[in-house]
Amino acid sequence: MTTLLSVKGLKKSFGGVTATDDVDLDVIKGELHAIIGPNGAGKTTLISQLSGAVKPDAGVIMLNGANITHKPAHTRARLGITRSFQITSLVMDMSVLDNVALAVQATDGHSFKFLKPARKIGHIRDKALAMLAEVGLAERAEDPTRNLSHGEHRQMELAIALASEAELMLLDEPMAGLGPEESATMVAYLKSLKGKRTILLIEHDMDAVFALADRISVLVYGKVIATGLPDDIRSNDAVRHAYLGEE
Amino acid sequence: MFVLKSGIPPLDTTLLFVQTLNGVQLGLLLFLVASGLTLVFGILDFVNLAHGSLYMLGAFICASLTFLVGNFLLAVLIALPITGVLGYLIERFVARPLYARDHLDHVLGTFGLILVLDTSVHLIWGPAGIAVPLPAWLEGQVGLFGDVVVPSFRLLIIAAGLAAAAGLFWLVNYTRLGMLIRAGASNRTMVSALGIDIQSLFALVFALGAMLAGLAGMLIAPITEASIGMGNNIIITAFVVIIVGGIGSMKGAFFAALLIGLIDTLGRAFLDDFFKLFMSSDAAENSAPALSAMLIYILMAVVLSVRPQGLFPPKVR
Amino acid sequence: MIGFSRSARINIGVMAILAILPVFFWWTGQTFYLSLATRLVILAIAAVSLNLILGYGGLISFGHAAYIGIGAYAVGIPAHHALYGGMDFIASNNGFFQIALAVVAAAVFALITGAICLRTKGVYFIMITMAFAQMVYYFFVSIEEYGGDDGLVIDTRSEFPLVNLDQPIVLFLVSYVVLVLAMWLVNAIVNSRFGMVLQSAKGNNDRTVTLGYNTYLYRLTAYVISGAMCGLAGALLGNFATFISPEMMDWSRSGELMFMVILGGTATALGPVLGAAVFVVVAQFLSELTIYWHLPFGLMLIAVVLFARGGLSGILRGKGS
Repeated sequence: MTTLLSVKGLKKSFGGVTATDDVDLDVIKGELHAIIGPNGAGKTTLISQLSGAVKPDAGVIMLNGANITHKPAHTRARLGITRSFQITSLVMDMSVLDNVALAVQATDGHSFKFLKPARKIGHIRDKALAMLAEVGLAERAEDPTRNLSHGEHRQMELAIALASEAELMLLDEPMAGLGPEESATMVAYLKSLKGKRTILLIEHDMDAVFALADRISVLVYGKVIATGLPDDIRSNDAVRHAYLGEE
Repeated sequence: MFVLKSGIPPLDTTLLFVQTLNGVQLGLLLFLVASGLTLVFGILDFVNLAHGSLYMLGAFICASLTFLVGNFLLAVLIALPITGVLGYLIERFVARPLYARDHLDHVLGTFGLILVLDTSVHLIWGPAGIAVPLPAWLEGQVGLFGDVVVPSFRLLIIAAGLAAAAGLFWLVNYTRLGMLIRAGASNRTMVSALGIDIQSLFALVFALGAMLAGLAGMLIAPITEASIGMGNNIIITAFVVIIVGGIGSMKGAFFAALLIGLIDTLGRAFLDDFFKLFMSSDAAENSAPALSAMLIYILMAVVLSVRPQGLFPPKVR
Repeated sequence: MIGFSRSARINIGVMAILAILPVFFWWTGQTFYLSLATRLVILAIAAVSLNLILGYGGLISFGHAAYIGIGAYAVGIPAHHALYGGMDFIASNNGFFQIALAVVAAAVFALITGAICLRTKGVYFIMITMAFAQMVYYFFVSIEEYGGDDGLVIDTRSEFPLVNLDQPIVLFLVSYVVLVLAMWLVNAIVNSRFGMVLQSAKGNNDRTVTLGYNTYLYRLTAYVISGAMCGLAGALLGNFATFISPEMMDWSRSGELMFMVILGGTATALGPVLGAAVFVVVAQFLSELTIYWHLPFGLMLIAVVLFARGGLSGILRGKGS
């Protein structure tokens, strides 16, 4: 068991409101690690600090033993962290295929290449199409992104995360806003990824979390109050208290 | 310390004082223009390039009224509500339909408005500038101390500028309207959810900004005369002011306006003398004008490299 | 024309008219219209360059006229010194030298100011690009050697072997070729890998950064390319007008360039050219009617912003506005 991501003492507050409070977290290579917690527990802020979108006030973030605390977001992406967004975050004016191809292109050296048409570069296109096929969107490849449904957008987010070949995928509520059927499909996709990628998953859908996670951390008011196997978390008193108000 | 070359006269302190006063005067005029810009942007998220045209309109309307009623100060008092109404009309017919659009549409629409307003002034008042006569008691000079003498009208500009700044400060911080303005700037939906007529608030803010810019134009008109295009020069400097001060911040606009007024005035007055301390007279006279023309933009660049949000960024919206 | 899409046919058609009509004017001795067409083509080059960052990059630069000025002074200043002496290291009528100077000076100015501007977003960016352009304006106003406010007469046009820019039709044809090359280059860039990143950053910067792209560097590169291209347009404009003054880079000139791009339709190959064409022709037509032509012109501008989004090329292609 090697630790892929290690977070120590991570702190962030916004104008007096503490969003993450001394968070320690280890993500082991290959696991699907879920983070749960009530609304406002600071889950998205945590992800944003890991991806580099938000700078922490204090603490250290290590990836594969290297300190990345002060690396900008684009460098972290190159080092192998990708994230999906809670609110769908795609380039709506571009086609579905272009969106995914950009993620593939990012893994193919720098993009300061000015003259060759990007849409005619076979290996990038093929790989992007393969990723779309994997999430079941192959037929929508040439459609403008804005024409797709919300569920399809979530699938696109996943295809982009896959295409980036990132070692660590930070998934922020991939099931948000999906109907029961779409959720089931998404759970199946994620399940098929287990073992191939390391995933840090934020999710409100407890059925999905307990079906998927190898380990679970519980975040309440910016603090990690428990980390453990799903069964341990289910029976943890502090967690029950935080969620259900039980004494 | 620089070693003084022989033959260079020591700095003339009287001149320094007078130029500092001129710098403060320019700064206060800039503040009057910039405060309206920053108010409108902070609350309405609207970029109004035509704000300088209101400065020009204020000057022309005041000029005509001065001839009509025969008294400059009375003309100012009548011209102020008129520029306010013009501001309201601009808000109603050009700005309001653009609020929901992006900044690009704001700048293009108001750029068109500048062409319309400049040409309208050309049509109404003709191509030449209009000199504005002052009452006799404002024409003279006032001895301050020693041999320092300043035109009394310039002191009036400074007094009026400070009074307007104080009034604005009071309005924003201690009145119900000011409370709404501050609330509207930080949380627009909340204000409308509380049942405040946000539409009227916006119109009021726009008209207030127009009056402030108009006042600046009226105050400068007796010195420079009212002329077409006068607004298009000051608007860029006002932009520099609110960029340096922090867009949306009234306090920032005030301090940045004074800073830029002083730097610009003193730079133009003394930079060549300063350069002569360490370079030849010829070189100083060649390079100083070019550099002093760029001084405030260089200041802007430096401030932005250190603090991209300006010196006094407003609280999180 | 089988094999071409509707939009490609429109592009070829418009560009063909733009080539043939001025040659016809020249043939029939209508020099006035030939010179109007030359100005149109040169402004179109500037608009095409602006479209790269404005249309495809989403960067609202309100200071593009500065590059026109820099380019034109890069012709005027060496020519001035070649005639009157002084500053031997740049005194020259050599066209290649002047063009290189125009492009490099514009690129360097874009690099320095862009590095600062691009750290900011939204309305800051608009105002700062505007302020830096005004800085160049006041810089040239303050230099008396080059005429200050009054501007500088360019006594000798750029000299090239075999190509004589003193002949109006030659100047037109050179400008036209530059326009076609500029359109080709921008088209190639926006469809390249670089262009995909640039457009993605416009659509969703956070996402693009998250994919691992340093969007700041991509934007800065586009900003420099655009500035250099516009500097070239400025060098041509200097040769066309044989005169350069700070007024040519007043911020209202920048506004006009922006208007051309919006009027024609952003992020399209032909849009800036159409926009420049309509702008130049309508301005010419109105200014012949009345000295107050800015009034209807301004009203037209407001109307376009309020009612005709998507620009002329949107209308031509039958897309709703």
